[in-house]
Order: sequence, then C-alpha cells, then structure tokens
Amino acid sequence: MEIRLKEKIIEGGLLFASLLTILTTIGIIWVLFTQSVGFFTEVSLWEFITATEWTPLFTKKSYGILPLLAGTMLTTFIAIAVALPLGVTIAIYLNEYADKRFRAYIKPMLEILAAVPTVVYGFFALTIVTPFLKLLFPEVASFNALSAGLVMGIMIIPMISSLSEDALFAVPKSLREGSYGLGATRLQTALRVLVPAASSGIIVSIILAISRAIGETMIVAIAAGQQPNLTINPLETVETITAYIVQVSLGDVPYASIEYRTIFAVGLSLFIFTFILNNISFYIRKKFQNKYE
Amino acid sequence: MNRVNINRYKDLAFQVVGIISTLVGLVLLAIFIFSIIKEGIARIDLDFLSSLPSRKAEKAGILTAWTGTMWIFFLTAIISITIGVAAGVYLEEYAKKNWFNNLLEINISNLAGVPSVIYGILGLEIFVRTMRLGGSLLAGSFTLSLLIMPIIIVATREALKAVPSTIREAAYGLGASKWQTTSMQVLPAAAGGISTGVILALSRAVGETAPLIVIGALAYVPFVAKSPMDEFTVLPMQIFNWTSRPDHDFVINAAAGIIILLGITFLLNGIAVYLRNRWQKKISW
Repeated sequence: MEIRLKEKIIEGGLLFASLLTILTTIGIIWVLFTQSVGFFTEVSLWEFITATEWTPLFTKKSYGILPLLAGTMLTTFIAIAVALPLGVTIAIYLNEYADKRFRAYIKPMLEILAAVPTVVYGFFALTIVTPFLKLLFPEVASFNALSAGLVMGIMIIPMISSLSEDALFAVPKSLREGSYGLGATRLQTALRVLVPAASSGIIVSIILAISRAIGETMIVAIAAGQQPNLTINPLETVETITAYIVQVSLGDVPYASIEYRTIFAVGLSLFIFTFILNNISFYIRKKFQNKYE
Repeated sequence: MNRVNINRYKDLAFQVVGIISTLVGLVLLAIFIFSIIKEGIARIDLDFLSSLPSRKAEKAGILTAWTGTMWIFFLTAIISITIGVAAGVYLEEYAKKNWFNNLLEINISNLAGVPSVIYGILGLEIFVRTMRLGGSLLAGSFTLSLLIMPIIIVATREALKAVPSTIREAAYGLGASKWQTTSMQVLPAAAGGISTGVILALSRAVGETAPLIVIGALAYVPFVAKSPMDEFTVLPMQIFNWTSRPDHDFVINAAAGIIILLGITFLLNGIAVYLRNRWQKKISW
C-alpha cells in the first residue's frame, strides 16, 4: 500500500514537470497577447502592417513593422544563401564521397560551428568581416546586413548539413544501387536520385534554418545596426525585429508605456513567423517519415 | 571528349567542391579565432580575471562577469536538470499514447524552435515583474532553464529509448515497482546519454546573451554576486557591452573575454563528446 502511494506521488511529480512545458507555451502566448492588446488599442493593426516607417522612440512616432521585417528578411536571405548550398553540398559529400574516418572526425567539428556563442559571431562580423567587406565595397556601412547575414550563414551550416545528411542516409540502398547499376556516376546518383528522394528531409532542414535565422539576435544586433530601413540593399544599415527588442531592452523606456509595449507587438509577430515555420517542418516530417519503411 | 568522360570529370570536380565546402566554415572559424587570440591574449592576466568592471579599458576586468557565469551555470543546471529529466522520464517511461501526450510532444518540439529573445520577454513578464525577482540571478536562471528545457527533455528521451526493454522486464520480473525499475535500472543505464545532452544544453545557456538583456541583466555590475537574488552580469553580456563601444581598447578587452568564453564553451562541448564516445563504446546492447 505504502509503495503504491509513493509510486502515485512520484508519477504525479513527473507529470507536473512535463506539464511545465505546456505552461511555458501558454505563458509565452499569454504574455505576448496581453501586452500586444495594450499596444493595438493605441496603434491600429492596419498601421502596424502597412506603414513604412518604424520610429516609436522618436518624437514623430510611426509604427510600421515593414522596415524591421525587411531587415529580418534581408539578413535571413543572405544567411540561407550561404548555408543552403554549402550545407547540402556537405551532406552529399559526407554521405556519398568521404571515407568513414574523415566523416567521423569532421561531423563533430562541424557541430562546433553551431556551438560558438552568437555574441562571439557578432564580434567576428563587426571587427573582421565588415572591415574585409570595406576593402571590396568601399561604400559599405559600418553596420550592414551583408556582414551579419554572411556570418549567420556560417553559423547555420551544421543545421542544414546534419539534417540533410540524415535524410540522404535514410534513402534505401536499393535506389542507390539501381542508379549505379544503370551506369550513373556518384554525382548523377546524388543529384538525380538521392536528393529528390530525400527532398522532404532537406526541405525540413531549410525551414528550420530559416526559422533559426529569423530569431537570431546577437549577430544582427551587433553587426547589422539599429536603424530601421526599408531596403533590399545588403550594404546598408538595417534593424531586425530581434535587434529592435534588444535596443529597447538596453534603453530605459518606462514600464507599460507604448514604447515598452512595442517589443511585445514585434515579439508576437516574430513568434507567429517562427511558430508557422516550425509547424510546417513538423508536419512535413510526420507526413514523410515512413516514406521508405 | 565523350559524355561518359565529361560525367567522370564532373564527379571528380564535385569531390573537390565537396571538400572545400566542408572545410570552408571551419577554416573561417579558425581564422576568426586566431585573430581574436592574437588581439586579446596579451590582455589576459590575473588582474583581468580579478578586477571589477571599470570605465577605463585598461583597468577593467571580468571578475563579476565570470563569477556571474558560474552562478548562472550552477543555478540553471539545478533547475533545468530536475525539471527536464523528470519531464523526459515521464514522456518516455510513463506516458501512454493518447492525444494529450501527443500534444505534449508537439509542444516540446515547438518550444525548441522559439527564438531565445522570446524567452527573454517571457522571463521579463513572469519572473522579473510578476514574481518580482527583478534582474536577479534567479530570474536569469529560470529564464535560461526554460530555454534549454526542450534540449534536455529530448536528450533524456533519446537516452532512455536506447535502454533495451529486457532490462526493464528483468527488473519487473524480480518484483520491482515502476519507479524502482526506472530509478535504479533504467536511469543509471541512460546516465551517459542524458549527461551528454545536459552538458550541451548548459553550454548553450552559458553562451546566451539576448534573453538576459531582455530581462534586464546589467552590463555594469560593480560587485560580485553573493546570493541568487543579487543582480548580475555574465561573460557574454560583458563582451557585448565592450564590443559596442567605439574605443578600440575595449575591443581588445572584448577579444580577451571571448577567449575565456570560448574556452568554457569548447571545454563543455569536449566533455560532452568524450562522454558520448565513452558510453557508446562501453555499452553495446
């Protein structure tokens, strides 16, 4: 009897721990929504999504998220443009070409790229990459989207490479052998048989990488600047949603003021974007998980 | 040249492209780290480690920053391991397959994708404001614990999954209860995998900056924290603060701080990889 009671109590405790994860989600949504409601009673949703200037900290205030969105998309686009070709090439190379020993050594080393703290990457971007870019493009701003995007791209290489590699690895041997049997080279097999067969896994890796890049904060806060800018020119200073949240947090805006609430409104937008992307990837993974089993 | 040959050359060319792609990120990182070491290594001495922050670059040190990082490491470890491992055990060993536990799973994979800065916003409202913890070590540790919880839960589940069911059945066969089986047989067998995941998660927590900025951790803290309720700074905050100053002497300080932070990060990752390899070798079910 006593043991049974003890077992019940322990199971209850374990259940409670896992319920905390639900509470965390509820907490995030609740906090973002309640504070955003305060924001949207003063600023119309229409202004928020259509106005082309973001100047809540100035005397002449305008609350259009588009410039922050443009900064976020620009740095994300550059990062993916770096990480996608490199990541997929690495995945193909390690799976089809590299010998096992090399692969065993290089995989944990690639993971290091993702383990370096982002503040360190920000420092690299600002003090090493930007001066280098200035040699190539003299007109580049001291804080610019290109430098931050490039460095962010390096950081997310292992995300794309390791997930894509898993996907390639899961392609059944028979497909590979069939292709070789028809006289295809390794490259032809990789590009025309394996990559199409593993496409759902590769797409998942790209979506997760985009989600990660959108939410990345320190690299862009340090190297891309703090000037909302509706532009697609990577050489200009921009501000991302995340960098704006950092900017407001570092200043001292009064609690519950409209300036304070802006971080919840833009935070909610950020949360919605990443939430949608993560769920798309989750859906794809579930749907195609057993394709070859 | 016929098409077969062209395709063979393409195949060879790709091999070269593959090696270059694999190494380019690592080579760039090596260049970055080398230039940081060149810039900052001369700045590291006992004074740098034992001095309080200062408005003068050459007098400033990282005493409050590294002690803060230690505090955060241990507090976050206590909180996140307790809750994360418990949740992982529940989901893997106790939960039955039903809609609710399915929801729990989807939810955890969603939480893993929430940007760290959003956790900062959550921490700001819940721990700093509602629970009135202020910008304290405790508020910071709670926030970071929530951030790394999904990593620990997933690692715990993977490790438990790797324990063969024969071990559980043997324990049940000897009359052990569910919890006795789990705590005395399954958890010890999974300890290697779990600790690998926990250390990687803590390494992530130690390197985080954004959520701590949002909850209002200060860059300038002129005293060493003595209790979990004290205000604090950590190495990444100090590095960020120094990086954003125009004066080049502070950039040198930032480089020196980065060397220490990277040292901690690589040490933790090294321990995790070592544990993983050792456990994989030792146990072959």
